[in-house]
Amino acid sequence: MSAAEPLVGGRRTPADLLLRDVRVLDPRARIDARHDVRVRGGQIAELAEAGSLQSAPAQAPSGEEELIDGAGRLLLVPAFFDPHVHLRTPGQEHKEDLGSGTRAAAAGGFGAVIAMPNTDPVLDSAPLLRSLRDAAAREACVPVGFLPAITRGLAGEQLSEMAELRQEGALGFTDDGKPVRSAGMLRKALQYQRLCGGVLALHEEDPTLSRGGSMHEGAVSAALGLAGIPTIAESTMVARDAALAGYEHGRVHFQHLSCAASVHAVADAKARGWRVSAEVCPHHLLLTEEHVRGMDTSMKMHPPLTTDADRMALIEGLRAGTIDCVATDHAPHARNEKEVPFEQAPMGTIGLETAFAALHTSLVVTGILELSLLVERMTAGAALFDLLTPIVTLDTQANLTLVDLDATWLAGEDGWESRSENCCFAGRQLQGRVLMTVAAGAVAHRDRALSLVGA
Amino acid sequence: MNHLISIEDLERADIERIVSQAERFAEVSDREIKTLPTLRGRMVLNLFYESSTRTRSSFELAAKRLSADVVNFAASGSSVEKGESLKDTVLTLSAHKPDAIVLRTPWAGAADLVSGWCSAAIVNAGDGKHEHPTQALLDVYTLRQRVGSIDGACIWIVGDVAHSRVARSNVLAFQRMGAKVTVVGPPTLIPRGIEQLGCEVRYTLDDLHTADIVYALRMQNERMSEMWVPSIREYAAWYQINGRRLSPHQVLMHPGPVNRGVELSSEVVDSPQAVITAQVQAGVVVRMAVLFELLATAREPRPVAAMAGSQLG
Repeated sequence: MSAAEPLVGGRRTPADLLLRDVRVLDPRARIDARHDVRVRGGQIAELAEAGSLQSAPAQAPSGEEELIDGAGRLLLVPAFFDPHVHLRTPGQEHKEDLGSGTRAAAAGGFGAVIAMPNTDPVLDSAPLLRSLRDAAAREACVPVGFLPAITRGLAGEQLSEMAELRQEGALGFTDDGKPVRSAGMLRKALQYQRLCGGVLALHEEDPTLSRGGSMHEGAVSAALGLAGIPTIAESTMVARDAALAGYEHGRVHFQHLSCAASVHAVADAKARGWRVSAEVCPHHLLLTEEHVRGMDTSMKMHPPLTTDADRMALIEGLRAGTIDCVATDHAPHARNEKEVPFEQAPMGTIGLETAFAALHTSLVVTGILELSLLVERMTAGAALFDLLTPIVTLDTQANLTLVDLDATWLAGEDGWESRSENCCFAGRQLQGRVLMTVAAGAVAHRDRALSLVGA
Repeated sequence: MNHLISIEDLERADIERIVSQAERFAEVSDREIKTLPTLRGRMVLNLFYESSTRTRSSFELAAKRLSADVVNFAASGSSVEKGESLKDTVLTLSAHKPDAIVLRTPWAGAADLVSGWCSAAIVNAGDGKHEHPTQALLDVYTLRQRVGSIDGACIWIVGDVAHSRVARSNVLAFQRMGAKVTVVGPPTLIPRGIEQLGCEVRYTLDDLHTADIVYALRMQNERMSEMWVPSIREYAAWYQINGRRLSPHQVLMHPGPVNRGVELSSEVVDSPQAVITAQVQAGVVVRMAVLFELLATAREPRPVAAMAGSQLG
């Protein structure tokens, strides 16, 4: 039903590049080899044996061709896709805006993102979606898709005008930040989905169980005297909503899974043939409740960091494909909002700029996951929302990320592209740095280190 | 010691040193002239975000006994009600250069946070449901006066453990001093995972007679409206420490204020087994010892860590 282009924005200057002797890795295209790659006018124009292509600026539409020598070492992968970010526009531009949020995405190697609707006002009407897409077309440096609210004002009481929103370009719907508390309301949305399509992305939390909690319920919350959020607050809702989707033959996507029980519930739903998918965030794959002991508010997020056993189950779920993709749940908050006692602080961590490097450092370098699997899971989000998956193939629009897997850096050492700095990985030594991101055929990010590499 | 934030930060030797110092101060309290010149010219700031008469006045008295200047800053009726953040309040008050800030807030971790924002010694006088370390120290002191060593003693902490910073600090402090701690209460008020602090968890008073010391917690009325327990009546029936349940050899403690007829029956409050008023008396000398420890003894220079709060330059 969607009539409008699903993604809007991105830089407009088509790239002319020659990436010489780079390791091209694209699991879907079944490539993992050294190649020369020429991007001309924003399209992948040549894919040839390493060292075989010569610089040819005269033939480039712009009359110039940027040459990057990968020396057989730099990695070229399809640009990552993040189905879950908070760009805070409209209304909370002191935390993030369309420009800063998409610059952060590009800096992290993401070629496109999907923005959540818990803005001020809530994105729940066609006129607002239209104006936001107009703004994104002007300001976003990578393409952005939008998920408007399932219920008006995220209040859980009335459906938003889903059909009209779809015509205006809604990729799907979500009440992210809040659960759809009422099973009856979600059922109506699933029924209405038959008319208008669009994935229903669900933040799963039973508020009667999570009530008042500010971290995972367990040994650490008991020691700190913080009210805990039990994992069943999430897993019981995943199970409930999977059953609703199964009954209505609907399509749902579970956001930011955080515990083993939820992974089991998703596996069970998939085994029954229900149309469900799921995402997991880097912080849930890499951090646990132990990281909350110091009550650093950057470690406060929703759902909360859980136990090491949960973390292992999430990694296994991602490896097995029960969890389809990685999403950052990039959630910027201003310094003054986070510089308060833990219980008063808002939930969320920024994640776009560190996602790949953090996962590469802790899961790939350590041998827990294959690099190709990580690349697959960081690009798989697009297809879940019926978008084209970026692929490294001739005559397609260039959506590419160039990475130096050996480069080490301290997260946050050079500041952030994001307007906010509440990053749970800040100060960590990371291995793997995004050098360049080409999004929708245009260079969206170029790292400072690139000139040194190219020289 | 630079700050007193949490019992977790203290070794047994630290606790013993503070308690011994408190004993020396107790001797002074019996003299006709009760003040010492030790902290003359020093300033102690009481910054209280929760109403508290006894803890605040106990700290105030302790500081005055040591000849320190005391400023009380209550969060109500102040700039806090005008929306000033904790950080700005602390930075503003720090301009007066207090040597110590005694801080009580309803937020876990606030004392630790504040210690990074100013150069004063921070004394945690209760941070949310997290810790209340001076209460635990005065309880250890009280027990030392009453029973001597608590090494190997069996201590039961009874009541609303989930919402009690006193319980958390005391579980840690009593264990540091060699006691075996059991927490008892309705399952809805025992936080999941508390046993990982090293204590035993029980849900009934059936074996209460095995305890050497019984420490009852205050049962707050608001817990009823939130349905943590079905009724005060049922709570009292199952968890009240009364003449029937308390054995003659046991010592009874309570952090105050007591709800007579709820967590304690009147006869046990008034019995010689109760050391509740001794706890209040201990409050002043133990807080004197804490201020002495932080302000009068030699210590490493205290750098102001990251005033701007940025983790990286």
